[in-house]
Amino acid sequence: MLSLLFDQGAPGRGSDFVAPAGTPSDYLDAGLLRADLPLPDLAEFEVTRHFVALSHRNFSVDTNFYPLGSCTMKYNPKLNEAVAAFTGFTDLHPLAPDATAQGALELMWTLERTLSSLFGMEAFSLMPCAGAHGELTAMLMARAYHRDRGDDKRLTCIVPDTAHGTNPASAAMVGYKVVAIPSTPKGRTDIVALRAALDDTVAVCMMTNPNTLGLFEDDIIEMTKAVHDAGGLMYYDGANANAIVGLCRPGDMGFDLMHLNLHKTFSVPHGGGGPGAGPVGASARLAPYLPVPRVGKDADGLFSLQEAEPKSVGPVRVFASHFIALVRAYAYIIVHGAEGLKRNSELAVLNANYVRAKVKDILTVPYSDYCRHEFVCSAESLKKETGARALDLAKGLLDAGVHAPTMYWPHVVPECLMIEPTETETKQTLDAFCETLRALVKQAHDDPASMQELPLHTYVRRVDEAQVGRLANKGIGLRWTGEK
Amino acid sequence: MPAPTDRLYTKEHEWVKIDGANATIGISDHAQSALGDIVYVELPKPGATLAQGKPIGVIESVKAVSDIYAPISGTVTEVNGAVEDDPAKVNADPYGTGWLAKITITNADEAKSLLDAASYEQFLKSEDH
Amino acid sequence: MHAPHTDRDVREMLDVIGAPSLASLAAPPKGLEVKGAFDVAPALPEALAFAHLTELANNNLGARMTSFIGAGAYRHYQPPAVPYLATRSEFITAYTPYQAEASQGSLQAIFEWQTYICLLTGLDVSNASLYDGSTALVEGVIMASQATGRRRVAISRSVHPGYRAVLDTYARGMGIEVVELPVGEDLLVDMKSAAVKDLVAGAGAIIVQSPNFFGCIEDVAGAAALAGAAGALTIQVIVEAMSLGALKTPAECGADIAVGEAQSFGLPVGYGGPYVGFVATTKQHVRRLPGRLVGETHDVDGRKAYVLTLQGREQHIRRELASSNICTNQALCALFATIYLATVGAHGLRSIAAANMARARELRAAVLTVPGMRPAGSAPFFNEFVVHTPLPAALLTERMVRRGILAGVDLSRWYPDMPQSLLLCATELTSADDIARFAGALATEIDNAVAAV
Repeated sequence: MLSLLFDQGAPGRGSDFVAPAGTPSDYLDAGLLRADLPLPDLAEFEVTRHFVALSHRNFSVDTNFYPLGSCTMKYNPKLNEAVAAFTGFTDLHPLAPDATAQGALELMWTLERTLSSLFGMEAFSLMPCAGAHGELTAMLMARAYHRDRGDDKRLTCIVPDTAHGTNPASAAMVGYKVVAIPSTPKGRTDIVALRAALDDTVAVCMMTNPNTLGLFEDDIIEMTKAVHDAGGLMYYDGANANAIVGLCRPGDMGFDLMHLNLHKTFSVPHGGGGPGAGPVGASARLAPYLPVPRVGKDADGLFSLQEAEPKSVGPVRVFASHFIALVRAYAYIIVHGAEGLKRNSELAVLNANYVRAKVKDILTVPYSDYCRHEFVCSAESLKKETGARALDLAKGLLDAGVHAPTMYWPHVVPECLMIEPTETETKQTLDAFCETLRALVKQAHDDPASMQELPLHTYVRRVDEAQVGRLANKGIGLRWTGEK
Repeated sequence: MPAPTDRLYTKEHEWVKIDGANATIGISDHAQSALGDIVYVELPKPGATLAQGKPIGVIESVKAVSDIYAPISGTVTEVNGAVEDDPAKVNADPYGTGWLAKITITNADEAKSLLDAASYEQFLKSEDH
Repeated sequence: MHAPHTDRDVREMLDVIGAPSLASLAAPPKGLEVKGAFDVAPALPEALAFAHLTELANNNLGARMTSFIGAGAYRHYQPPAVPYLATRSEFITAYTPYQAEASQGSLQAIFEWQTYICLLTGLDVSNASLYDGSTALVEGVIMASQATGRRRVAISRSVHPGYRAVLDTYARGMGIEVVELPVGEDLLVDMKSAAVKDLVAGAGAIIVQSPNFFGCIEDVAGAAALAGAAGALTIQVIVEAMSLGALKTPAECGADIAVGEAQSFGLPVGYGGPYVGFVATTKQHVRRLPGRLVGETHDVDGRKAYVLTLQGREQHIRRELASSNICTNQALCALFATIYLATVGAHGLRSIAAANMARARELRAAVLTVPGMRPAGSAPFFNEFVVHTPLPAALLTERMVRRGILAGVDLSRWYPDMPQSLLLCATELTSADDIARFAGALATEIDNAVAAV
């Protein structure tokens, strides 16, 4: 077990970072200063050993296959890392005058134009920090749009019952009441139910396409038309964009607003849970509501940050963007071009269908249509026959060095596993994954009790979440305290 | 664990045990099982007014947060501090020491809209296809 | 291109699938095919892409200039150990640590970050990080609003204007009323004034930044006393995290919630981000903390383990004021900060903080020797301060840019009533040469401008 930093070190250890400048009490009255600074002092090599050891206790795309549905765990190219570290980018202050930031502004402008073209939107804001942040921004825009039309009784947001949890949460944050629409037996959002739910209180309908079951919403054009006819707006959750980049466009489907996850579709690394970037796109009638500042280009080719947009919802964060994340996405786009991005989408769809074809006789695949970039399967039969659940299969995969797929969502499929291989995996990896699944299902039949023991070989095995949850609710166990 | 016959149930899986003008409220064994390990219970304050069908508190498990709805209207007289301190009691003994709140009833007629044990069991069977 | 498929791979896989072609699987339905070409440049081979990005980076002259700009993003020394360790594959390409068995590295690192934030702020609990300081402020406001049931907050005009603009955006969307506490000539909020007391009445929170946007140390304890009397919570905003190495902690001042920006701990200014926000509070409010939380527990074999906890509350929709919709934290950025804090330690942080204070005082003294420059009050400060200029600050900063110097920030951009005021910052990276050059250039530019009149 690896001890915490706070149980290591000794007072006075560590390098000298600056020329001696006394102590804070040389410059301010003691009354303004903190009484003590109880942080550990560590030698650099202690820090190095600690974090190198921690790194060994992680799965990562660079070490493991991650078939996580809806997360698009594709390879993060190292060119992106190198250019993101250029001092011409990292040392640029966000308040540096526009004239001294032309390279950065040009990158942002080009990225914005590129995303608008790829997704059929009038314009994008590069400001939101993450997908959920983008969703919230779009909801603020929808609310502002309807308010401007004098239509403030539109307070309903429609989502499919397969929606990601952040969708209704974002809607609720701006005061929308959320209404869920069921899916059909063929795994599509039920257009009949959607039509029945449309009235003059509907502000916006949030969907993703392909949906979270990995299936293309064939009725999407009729759906967007129906919502528009009822006076509502259509919002596209870009989590599944990896299936459509270069092939078709949310703008053409009829969406008014959308967000993208640059840390999914555009290879910005997940970083263990952030940072990402969640640009928001808008059609012509919604574009004036995008957050400011945005990048403009004048007749002389000079770029600048523009704030003068009277209908803008305002900024959703200080400073213009997660710029260094944008650099990575930009680098990814320029080495691929539109043709390369399209090819990636096609191969992502190929890989998902390949795994689906091979998994069909191992687990239940509830929908008979080909999938797009991800598919769902169910361990419900396995559970009835052996007691082994999707969770147990997922833990067994960890022993084989494969991260678990997304589990138990969407709720419409019981004991659900959502599998998205992405395009950056070889046939060999996919074959090995299917064989591992097959072996686990066999193990479930041969020795059902053993399934709950999995995993056996990871750094830690199944953890007690109930104990930590109960203490955490009392504010205990969330930090080192120095108590023995 | 079959639903005890000495009390009534809601479709939201609360139970209410009526004793004259007073009642005790809790959640069913099905509910605690579906929730999984409970880590937190938020109960109304003594003196609070409850309206039938309206949310009165929250039960949080490792995987989900669920609202608790008032099975019947009333005024809270006592809440189970033991359960606030050790939420696992709700899992262990949902019909006994895992009770949530005691109330005085304001509208006895409301009991007519609740399910008896047999109807509740039937309801559970129909939900589980 | 990073997808590995050869033509043979594609054919074999299609055979297994039983589909005739890629298009039969991936093409959109009729009517949604894209007509015409995308407005996207043709693919560049890697070396050309590298060269192109090099050129873009070189075209950011501001990255090479001598800078005295703070105002929410601070240039500090980044010990090379920080990026060296933080950008290891296993950290940078890991997913969110939902599977504890596969993520003990990330989870323990977050637990250590949470601990550092508690130790630095003096408060009891902290979360796994937030997007940045400005959205952390919004989260703090939501917490206080939920805790008090009040939809009104009072925020000092000396809180970073960019942060206040973000709060306004969210407040409009969420139906929260924001009232502004006035700032005096001394660039501080007068916590003892009747006007401020009136404005605080009925508010769910008093929000004060210290050091404030003008660099001055505010009376957070005074704010806490006011808040207590009004039944409100006190939120202290910290934008220059380095100040936590020296100044009284939010807890010592009586703050209930501390929110802010930890970019100063090992993250570059990077033209705006990504940065990393933090929130810390007392045990009493732990359930209101937004976003992810890591707790310690054991596994089935009794091994100590870390795990995401209290997840049930994360995207649950409550009926009153809705909780945050945050899904992500800024794990990698928090890791940078954690490794920074581990690398510098208490003794390093204290000495770096002292160096910031020393250089800022040297800068201020040098600038005030320039004829026409006047101090803006005499409030104690950390590493930023305001000076009044004899000419419009906008003009001066523009002239200085031509000399390769970023002469702080012209305050009139946000405070139209201050057209002749500059916000200046010095850090441990500011050299005596930089200061001398700056003061000299300033004197010359003022001379020239005055002579031209």
